[in-house]
Amino acid sequence: MAHRRHIRLMLDGKVMNVDDVVPTTTLLEYLRENRGLTGTKEGCAEGDCGACTVVVGEAADGNVRYRAINSCIRFLPTLDGREIVTVENLKTPGGKLHPVQQAMVDHHGSQCGFCTPGFVMSLFGLYLNDADPGRNDVVRALSGNLCRCTGYRPIIDAGCHMNDYPAPDRWNRTTAQSQERAAALAAIAPTDTLALDTGAGYRAPVSIAELAALYEAHPNALLLAGGTDVGLWVTKLLRDLPMMIYTGNVAELKSIDKTDKALEIGAAASLSDAYAAIVARYPALAELADRFGSPPVRNSGTFGGNVANGSPIGDSMPFLLALDATVKLRRGATTREMPLADFYLGYQKKALRPGEFLESVRVPLSPTSRRFACYKISKRFDQDISALCGAFAFDVVDDRIAKVRIAYGGMAATPKRAVHAEAALAGQPWSRGSIEAALAALALDYTPMSDMRASAEYRMTVARNLLLRFFAEHSGSPVPTRVAELEEN
Amino acid sequence: MPELVHVSIAGQALPHEGAPLHVTGSAHYTDDIPLPDNTLHVALGMSTVAHGRIKSMDLTDVAAAPGVVGVFTAADVPGSNLIGPVLHDDPIFTESLVEFAGQSLFGVAAESYGAARRAAKRAKVEYEELPAILDIRDALAAKSFVVPTQRLRRGDPEAGIARARHRLTGSAQLGGQEHFYLEGQVAAAVPQDDGSMLIYSSTQHPSEVQHMVAHALGKKAHEVVVQCRRMGGGFGGKESQPGQYAAAAAVVAARTKRPVRLRLDRDADMIMTGKRHDFLIEYEVGCDDNGRISGIRIMLASRCGFSADLSGPVNDRAICHVDNAYFLEHIEIVSHRCKTNTVSNTAFRGFGGPQGMVAIEAVMDDIARKLGKDPLDVRRANFYGTTDRNVTPYGMTVEDNIIHRIVDELEASSSYRERRKRIHAFNAESPILKRGIALTPVKFGISFNATIYNQAGALVHIYTDGSVMVNHGGTEMGQGLYTKIAQVVASELQVDMALVRTTSTDTSKVPNTSATAASSGADLNGKAAQAACQTLKQRLSEFAAEKFSVSVEDVRFAAGKILAGTHSIAFADLVKEAYAARISLSSTGYYRTPKIHWDRKTLTGRPFFYFAYGAAVTEVAIDTLTGESKLLRVDILHDVGRSLNPALDLGQIEGGFLQGAGWLTSEELVWDARGNFRTHAPSTYKIPTASDWPKRFDVRLLADAPNREDTIFRSKAVGEPPLMLAISVLHAIRDACAAAESGEVPVLVAPATPESILRALASVRKARSPQPAATLEGAGA
Repeated sequence: MAHRRHIRLMLDGKVMNVDDVVPTTTLLEYLRENRGLTGTKEGCAEGDCGACTVVVGEAADGNVRYRAINSCIRFLPTLDGREIVTVENLKTPGGKLHPVQQAMVDHHGSQCGFCTPGFVMSLFGLYLNDADPGRNDVVRALSGNLCRCTGYRPIIDAGCHMNDYPAPDRWNRTTAQSQERAAALAAIAPTDTLALDTGAGYRAPVSIAELAALYEAHPNALLLAGGTDVGLWVTKLLRDLPMMIYTGNVAELKSIDKTDKALEIGAAASLSDAYAAIVARYPALAELADRFGSPPVRNSGTFGGNVANGSPIGDSMPFLLALDATVKLRRGATTREMPLADFYLGYQKKALRPGEFLESVRVPLSPTSRRFACYKISKRFDQDISALCGAFAFDVVDDRIAKVRIAYGGMAATPKRAVHAEAALAGQPWSRGSIEAALAALALDYTPMSDMRASAEYRMTVARNLLLRFFAEHSGSPVPTRVAELEEN
Repeated sequence: MPELVHVSIAGQALPHEGAPLHVTGSAHYTDDIPLPDNTLHVALGMSTVAHGRIKSMDLTDVAAAPGVVGVFTAADVPGSNLIGPVLHDDPIFTESLVEFAGQSLFGVAAESYGAARRAAKRAKVEYEELPAILDIRDALAAKSFVVPTQRLRRGDPEAGIARARHRLTGSAQLGGQEHFYLEGQVAAAVPQDDGSMLIYSSTQHPSEVQHMVAHALGKKAHEVVVQCRRMGGGFGGKESQPGQYAAAAAVVAARTKRPVRLRLDRDADMIMTGKRHDFLIEYEVGCDDNGRISGIRIMLASRCGFSADLSGPVNDRAICHVDNAYFLEHIEIVSHRCKTNTVSNTAFRGFGGPQGMVAIEAVMDDIARKLGKDPLDVRRANFYGTTDRNVTPYGMTVEDNIIHRIVDELEASSSYRERRKRIHAFNAESPILKRGIALTPVKFGISFNATIYNQAGALVHIYTDGSVMVNHGGTEMGQGLYTKIAQVVASELQVDMALVRTTSTDTSKVPNTSATAASSGADLNGKAAQAACQTLKQRLSEFAAEKFSVSVEDVRFAAGKILAGTHSIAFADLVKEAYAARISLSSTGYYRTPKIHWDRKTLTGRPFFYFAYGAAVTEVAIDTLTGESKLLRVDILHDVGRSLNPALDLGQIEGGFLQGAGWLTSEELVWDARGNFRTHAPSTYKIPTASDWPKRFDVRLLADAPNREDTIFRSKAVGEPPLMLAISVLHAIRDACAAAESGEVPVLVAPATPESILRALASVRKARSPQPAATLEGAGA
């Protein structure tokens, strides 16, 4: 098998080969330390502040897809075959500012300026992808960028007005999608396996068969997907990682199949792509999709990574459990399928055999009559890890609860269904009384812990109250239940 | 000379001077400054217990780690290992006694940043653990204080309370706050050929870094030069804190004779550096039927951490802001400065003022709910008068009171009364979500409490091509000080802004500077720069008078020209001729704030040159099932005098407000039972994001309100005061909690996280019908 021994990437429009970095080098380190490009900043090294935001372009269906990512936790080899656009690249050679930059200046969007390159790049990503964003689109695009100076108002204004300026000579929406650019990126898109032997080694296969064979042969290797968790093992925990096998160049793993019966989401599909498909089928998940991580995290992070990681506070699992999702696991050429509920064995323990990995997640489609919701509760509305997250799916037939699924994150060592509460509700009338009678059963299902996000007492109380919210939202005379949806009086 | 000409440049809403560099990534912060290839990187080793004696510290593995050049401890400090802004009680490297978890033990220098960080993890340290005092209550019980308790008393508060028609006691509790400047602490030390040291530091106080480095190296101040072009945010967190890291870098640089860079990663920064003081407040108050206070006794206790740092001055300022905008004739304030085995707390925007104000605003709200009145009416009943009832507890007459005007205008423009009615109607129909509204005032004293710091210097050069360079003692942390100073200079000299350049703050250009703090940057340095300009103008005027044979009084500077009687000459031409005539084109400028004095022993005097005022109306909604809250609308009217730059001032107001809102809602500092700080990264410590800025807002500068004192172009300081506008957020949440529980007084602990809000609701219910088991249960349960 022919292996490529160097990373090939495009930076400031120029293709370059890189073969002298260890695989755990982050894109941010590479930019700042190897290339002297200090415009991109490190604010937290964990993908939570956005000061390191850059835009990555890659060939996609004859076009170029541009997305903002956090460079601080993205390993450089995963950019193989992609274009990296940094804040230094936007202005013209003559020094004329890009509309995004000019709008930030004109609207007084920078004070200390340290977060500014990240904001500029998040807005630039939005600029390339949306010719007419509304205020809400701007706010959503900025939810992964922290500013401590401005209060955000002028930055939001800049985003709302960046399209008032004439299209720039450099980096307008037309040239960004020019045939030349698309062809140049298609030409470097990975079609062969990247194999680095620096550090503990790195392999990026391009087919699922090769990936499966590699992992079967190296079961102690680390499967690397979006890296939005693994990145922190390096930047925060300073861990030495074993050989990594990257899933992000395997097209088959990124597919999202939509049938009448189910959504089948490949494990390496980005959270952005996966949630777009999920929300199209389950509009009730729109708020969760917006609040999951941040746009740069969702652009790098994968749906399969979230599920396979199996964190007790991962936000995809409660609704997947409530919808009876199943997972497809693969080892070598062998696959097997199991309910997601059986996949989690204990804290950070999954039903995966050595060399076996998650290939896809299957989300059965619900009957239209199903009453369904998912609630994320956190200290901060945007980009916060849940204190708890609850999902509820009720099939009510003739005013009786024919089928019920309740699942929570943040309440146990794994994402978990509330089987006692479900049992207390199954067959009962759809009434406030039934719900109240089932609340006590949650204490049989969960013994939550106290930590910096919330106390055990708060978690249990709110777990119960979310069931009451669910009833309020799905009973006859709905009353306002979401502060985020209220307008000023 | 008509003043209008002067303010033609000062007063314009010009963009921040750094903006084009910020948006292109070309602005250099300290970590971006290119250093020689042989630069070393230093990481610090931290203690893992809150209180204990070091039994042994084995650094063999650290020294043997890949890329390591050397390991440095207290024994390697050539001068004094103990530094600190007031007392010298902060060790650069702890010698034997560990006083908080995260204290610096040693520094490891390596060829790369990553190698240094990895090596630091390899230390093997054994401790003899000692009992740790972690919070205010334990410290009060143990009488553990970092500096002595202070007491301010006026009148006869006991009698005032005793004779009152209504008497209340109450308490309040509010958390601290992490600065979360986006750029963490960073310094570089570059040894010079003569043994002196050049320091690049991200600091609000270059002179203090200079002193601390000199102290650590055993050198004279003139052997240390400190430069800072800009910070990626400061907020008080880079007032005293940067000294330790600059000193550690300098020690390693002195020992290795190589340039050294020391940057704390985010977690280290949040664990090792001080924060806003959290406070516990207890009070006893008496008032009449209108809620007017006749006597009050109030206890403030703050968590200072293990060392003094700036805790004395911070708590003094808290004492000086317990009155906020209210006349408290008979008052006693007791202020305890608790020593705890936690990180040493420090300056943070407002410097104790916000905590003092939160205390009195809680009292106002409690009184209103007890009397069944609109809290705004109670606040108004207590406002300072303009000609009487106008002396603060510390004996300063409030001469510039404009709070009545501000609150009247804001009450009308925000439709406060109508909205309260609508909110009431909404709440009656909404069992789960409840709205609340509050108007709170701000009166904030401007000047450093300690009179000594109210001085500044500047240096202005005019070059022979007519371009101008200004340097001053203030630092740029994003607030736009360099822009404002350039505007002052351009206005004074009547030259185009493009001709004025402000250069890095540098202890070798302007010496003995005060911290850029206490909102004083533009007040002090603007006046100093103006003074330098006036000296230069006087020289040029005399030269022009002689040249054109007119009297000096007939020479004017206007719009790039010098007018001398009927003659006119371009600024650059006159400058060139003045040079040829051997006229000095460089001048220092100096300013000291007039009128002020302060007796630190009696806590009396006129510490403040003037007051800055403002008020905010905030509307929120809370969810009684989950405790989630949402900021729905804010109306702000704020006093900046005659603005030097309305765009920059608006930025300070909006940014300060949201930073304050974060402090009081989502920003929660959590320590575990062993004293380990658990919220040391943005994944766990939640500052506001873009969606937290309310969709509906009306933020205005108070019109036609020049400072009645002679400040720079009659402007007012704006850095800190707007933060306290956010107290309205806390009280709007309180209002919503009260609405959920039929007007009862909820015990709402700040920050008002979802959990805190549910606890507040539960506290009312428990008080109403005590149940054996305390639960958080929401409204529906």
